[in-house]
Amino acid sequence: MSENNVVSRYTTAARINHWITAISLILLALSGMALFHPSLFFLTNLFGGGQMTRAIHPWIGVVLFFSFLGLFFRFFTLNLWNRDDTVWMKNLGAVINDREEGLPELGKYNAGQKLVFWGQSILILLLFASGIVLWDVYFEDYTTIDQKRLAAVVHALCAIGAILIWIVHVYAAIWIKGTLRAMTRGSVTRGWSWKHHRKWFRQEVGKP
Amino acid sequence: MATLQSLDIRRRSASTEAPPQIRSTIEVAKLIDVSKCIGCKACQAACLEWNDLKQEIGYFEGTYDNPTDLTPASWTVMRFTEYEHGDDLEWLIRKDGCMHCDDPGCLTACPAPGAIVQYTNGIVDFVSENCIGCGYCVKGCPFNIPRISKVDRKAYKCTLCSDRVAVGQAPACAKACPTQAIYFGSKADMIAHAENRVVDLKSRGFKNAGLYDPPGVGGTHVMYVLHHADKPSLYAGLPDDPEISPMVGLWKGVMKPISLAAIAFAGVFGFLHYITKGPNEVSEADQRKGDDLAGGKHS
Repeated sequence: MSENNVVSRYTTAARINHWITAISLILLALSGMALFHPSLFFLTNLFGGGQMTRAIHPWIGVVLFFSFLGLFFRFFTLNLWNRDDTVWMKNLGAVINDREEGLPELGKYNAGQKLVFWGQSILILLLFASGIVLWDVYFEDYTTIDQKRLAAVVHALCAIGAILIWIVHVYAAIWIKGTLRAMTRGSVTRGWSWKHHRKWFRQEVGKP
Repeated sequence: MATLQSLDIRRRSASTEAPPQIRSTIEVAKLIDVSKCIGCKACQAACLEWNDLKQEIGYFEGTYDNPTDLTPASWTVMRFTEYEHGDDLEWLIRKDGCMHCDDPGCLTACPAPGAIVQYTNGIVDFVSENCIGCGYCVKGCPFNIPRISKVDRKAYKCTLCSDRVAVGQAPACAKACPTQAIYFGSKADMIAHAENRVVDLKSRGFKNAGLYDPPGVGGTHVMYVLHHADKPSLYAGLPDDPEISPMVGLWKGVMKPISLAAIAFAGVFGFLHYITKGPNEVSEADQRKGDDLAGGKHS
C-alpha cells in the first residue's frame, strides 16, 4: 500500500515523546518491581545491581514525569469525556467481542483510551509526588518517617495500578490489528480509521 | 558486619529460603538499667572504639546529648531528660540504640536479600555488602534507629557487638559501663535479673518500676529497667507501645502477593481473550468504505 493511502495519526515529535514515555515506564516497572517483591529482586541485575537500581530508578521517574507531561498537554483536549464515551463504556461487552457496529462513531480516542490517559495522568502524578518523598538521597530531611511510610504504600499501589493500565494499553494495541503502526510509523490505514475512529477520520478527510 | 559463621541465622531479609537450623542457641539480651546510669558516656566511647568509628565533632546544642542524635557512626547515644513532677526533678538518662526486636520491622521492610539478618540468638544485624541504601529499614523500624550514611549510602546501627558475642564476649558498651547499668547474658537471665531490680526500685518508692520488653515487636533483645515503666515515653520519647507500622505491614504483607496476582491475572486474561476471540482485524468491507470516504482509489 502506498503512503498516500494512509491517514496520518501522529507527528514525529508526538511519537518520540511517546517512545520516551514508553521506554521509561518499562524500565521503571522492571526496577520498581525488583525492589517491591523479593522474588523479583533478580531484575536488579538488569540495572547493574541493587545499589545501581536504587540510584537510577528515581532519575528514570523524573524522565517519565516530564515526558508524560508532554503527552498530557499534547492530548488532554482530545481526551475530554463526552456523551458518546458513556454509551461506549456501557457497551464494553460488545467492544471486547469485536461487535462495535451499533456504537457511536468515535473521535480520535475511544472511552477506553481516555480512561488509560486519565488513569495514567493521575497515577503518574501520585507516583512522582510519593517518589520524591521516598528519594532519600535528596529529600530525606523534608518529611517525617510516617509520611515516608504513607508514601511507600501510595507509591506501590499507584505503581501496580499503572502497570495494570499499561497491560490493558499494550494488549489493546496487540489485539486490534493495525494499531501499532501509529506508534512505529505515525500513520494508520483508511480501513482502520473507518472501523475504529470514524468521526476523527471524517474530520481528517474534511468530510464530516 | 558480615555474617558470622559461628552464628546461625534465623531470618534473612527478602529471602524465602530457610536458613540452617540444626543448632539450638540460647537467646541473648542486653539489659540497660536506666536507674543505675550516671550518664558518663563510656558506652558511647566504647562503641566507637570497638567498631572503629569516628563521629564528626558537632556543636553544643544546649543539652548533654552528644551527638544530638544517632548517626551512621554513633550507634548509641545517651538521651538526657529532665522530668519534673511536683517538687521533684528527675534526670532520666536513656542509652538509645537498636533494640534488636524479635520481630524486626527493618528486616520486614528490607527489599535486598540478606542485607538484614536475625541470628538465632536474637541479634539483628545489617550486612553492609548486601545493603542497597534504599532506606526502607528506616521506615520499617518502630524505634527510629537505622541511619543511612551520606558517604556510602548504606544503613548502619548497633550490631549488639555480634562479632564479640560470636566468640563469647559481652558487647563493648556493657564491658565499659562503670556502674554496671548494662548487663549482658541470656534473655531469661536478664529478665530474672530485671525482676530483682524492679523489686529493689519499688522498695525505694518507684512504685511503677518495671521491665521494658515491648510485646508489640515480639519482645526485644535490648531491654530497659525503667523507674517509670508505666510511662516509657518520658525517657526521650521511648515508644509506649511500639509495633511495626500498619502501613509497613500492608506494604510488605498482603500487597505483595495481591499485586503480583493482579498483574498475572491481567496477563492471563489478555492471553485467553486473544486465543478465544482472535485478533480484531479490519475487514475488506471496512477498507473499501474507508477508501470511499477518503475519495481515493481502492487499495
